[in-house]
Amino acid sequence: MVSEFGSGEYAKLARLCQPMAMRFMPTLTEQILARAAGKSQVAPGEIVVIEPDVILSHDNSAAIADIFAQLPHKRVKYPERLAITLDHAAPPPRPKHARNHAKIREFARVQGIKQFYEVGRGICHQVLCEEGIVGPGMTLLGADSHSPHYGWLGAFGAGIGRSEVAALWATGQLWLRVPETLRINLAGSLRRGVTSKDLALALIGELGADGAAYMAVEFAGESLANMTADSRAALTNMMAEMGAKSACMPPDDTTWRWLGDALARARPQDGQQRLELFAANALYPAADAQVAREHTIDLSEVEPLVACPHATDNVLPLSEVAGRRVDVGFIGTCTNGRLEDLAAAAAIVSGRKLRRRLLVIPASSLALRDAAEAGYLTTLLEAGAVIGTPGCGPCMGISMGVLAPGEVCISSANRNFRGRMGEPSAEIYLANPAVVAASCVAGELTHPADL
Amino acid sequence: MTKTIHRVWKYGDNINTDVIFPGKYTYTINHDPAQLARHALEDLDPAFAAQAQTGDVIVAGRNFGNGSSREQAVTCLVQAGLRAVIAHSFARIYFRNAINNGLLAIECPPVVDCVETGETLAIDTTAHEIHADGRVFAFAPLPVAVQAILDAGGIVPWLSAQV
Ligand code: SF4
Repeated sequence: MVSEFGSGEYAKLARLCQPMAMRFMPTLTEQILARAAGKSQVAPGEIVVIEPDVILSHDNSAAIADIFAQLPHKRVKYPERLAITLDHAAPPPRPKHARNHAKIREFARVQGIKQFYEVGRGICHQVLCEEGIVGPGMTLLGADSHSPHYGWLGAFGAGIGRSEVAALWATGQLWLRVPETLRINLAGSLRRGVTSKDLALALIGELGADGAAYMAVEFAGESLANMTADSRAALTNMMAEMGAKSACMPPDDTTWRWLGDALARARPQDGQQRLELFAANALYPAADAQVAREHTIDLSEVEPLVACPHATDNVLPLSEVAGRRVDVGFIGTCTNGRLEDLAAAAAIVSGRKLRRRLLVIPASSLALRDAAEAGYLTTLLEAGAVIGTPGCGPCMGISMGVLAPGEVCISSANRNFRGRMGEPSAEIYLANPAVVAASCVAGELTHPADL
Repeated sequence: MTKTIHRVWKYGDNINTDVIFPGKYTYTINHDPAQLARHALEDLDPAFAAQAQTGDVIVAGRNFGNGSSREQAVTCLVQAGLRAVIAHSFARIYFRNAINNGLLAIECPPVVDCVETGETLAIDTTAHEIHADGRVFAFAPLPVAVQAILDAGGIVPWLSAQV
């Protein structure tokens, strides 16, 4: 190619040094994807090929292994990048699920997958954070739609299907379209009794189930500093219900403190080194990053909300639906099954008796242990709650606690689609954990303050 | 000849993966064609699995396939004989899963209001047009690299051919 610089080596260098006809104020997502794609910058709409740092799969790994077996590749390209949890049908409710688990164990053994987590360790998204597998600036592609979860750590996470995970196992690479960004500015602070779950429902209710379709959500604003780690995770997790490809926020003191604790516990040998690696890898959005859309929400105006059957964007104020019938409650899942959520539930039921069944399933064995140590489990048990093995529980209608025909469930999960908890005639309401607990105490949809 | 005629099944907005293929089967029905086809749209329209014919298409509203990443929500429709889903828009994982299994996923909002269940339309994959209700609607072609995966019949045959 001949340019004004001639056609020699110098010309190539000169071309590389020319400012590209692109903007220089990239979002956090664009910076992460540019680095992952080995480019200086990327623009929304561009197709890039990345080699993700982490490739996530769970109980679906058995089916993915079947697809992988159809490929000519015999070995997984980067076994150290795979992370597999047994969580969705765990403990296995039927022989077929147990066979899946056995097959996955064997696959992990044969392929040398070290980041393998057994039944009872917990839900994939919680476990990968606790184990220090994902950190700021990293990329994760997962065979799970709630993979935007990892954005609370300042990472890029996106969900893909089984065939693409098989392709990733084989080649380590996948194409991605660089998403446009929706920046959500958080102003003010949440009132007492209002949680990040309510904030997520407020956004989904306002913007719709496809309000961020194909987009990267980036949270911004000083209010973030006041949000706990557990609350952040619930927020980025729920953005899947707005159609987001990914959802993230810049790491701050809370992120680093949480990661420091997690790494010290999970990796006593090299936790400090890994924390330093995370710090070196962290990226932050440009101060005036240009985005396709912007939305500002005043947190002080958010009230306790409920997503009514059978859509996540069918959101109403709790005050409007209070008094509706409830048969059973469920506190758990990758959205609201963490220690903070179990603490909130325990505070509500403390000294009270439940009028309705309440199933509590901690998101991980660590959340379970910490809840036991803090006395939350005792409180919950004394009130009449049932505690389940860490994992997804009845969230997707497979194990422990699926609903009967016509039953009404109040749940701290992320999805209330028809049939989601196994029975198409059942109804699911989504709310924050305190509302779930209060509703099980009262026997109907109830605001905790009204108990 | 790339123009083909198809019978329509028409549905609304936000047809999620739980009603396309219920989560309770996610780890027990994986690849069996007959079982996949039998449960297609089970919690939305029982008539579909009973009456769908090879070459049929679904026409739907916004955000088709939102929710889970489960790929059976695509393969159950493929096994039921479906050729394409034409929608106002797709959830992104569903869109990728469709390409990866050779199912045409066409975003073409104006078609959605022009056809009803039982009517027919024509798809011209070369000209990137849909003919329906006596009118012609254009749709955007896929990026070349992505079209190659679809043309190969999905990511498994595509990747196998690369080696
Ligand atoms: S808890 Fe529910 S939403 Fe989260 S990973 Fe498990 S099945 Fe999916």
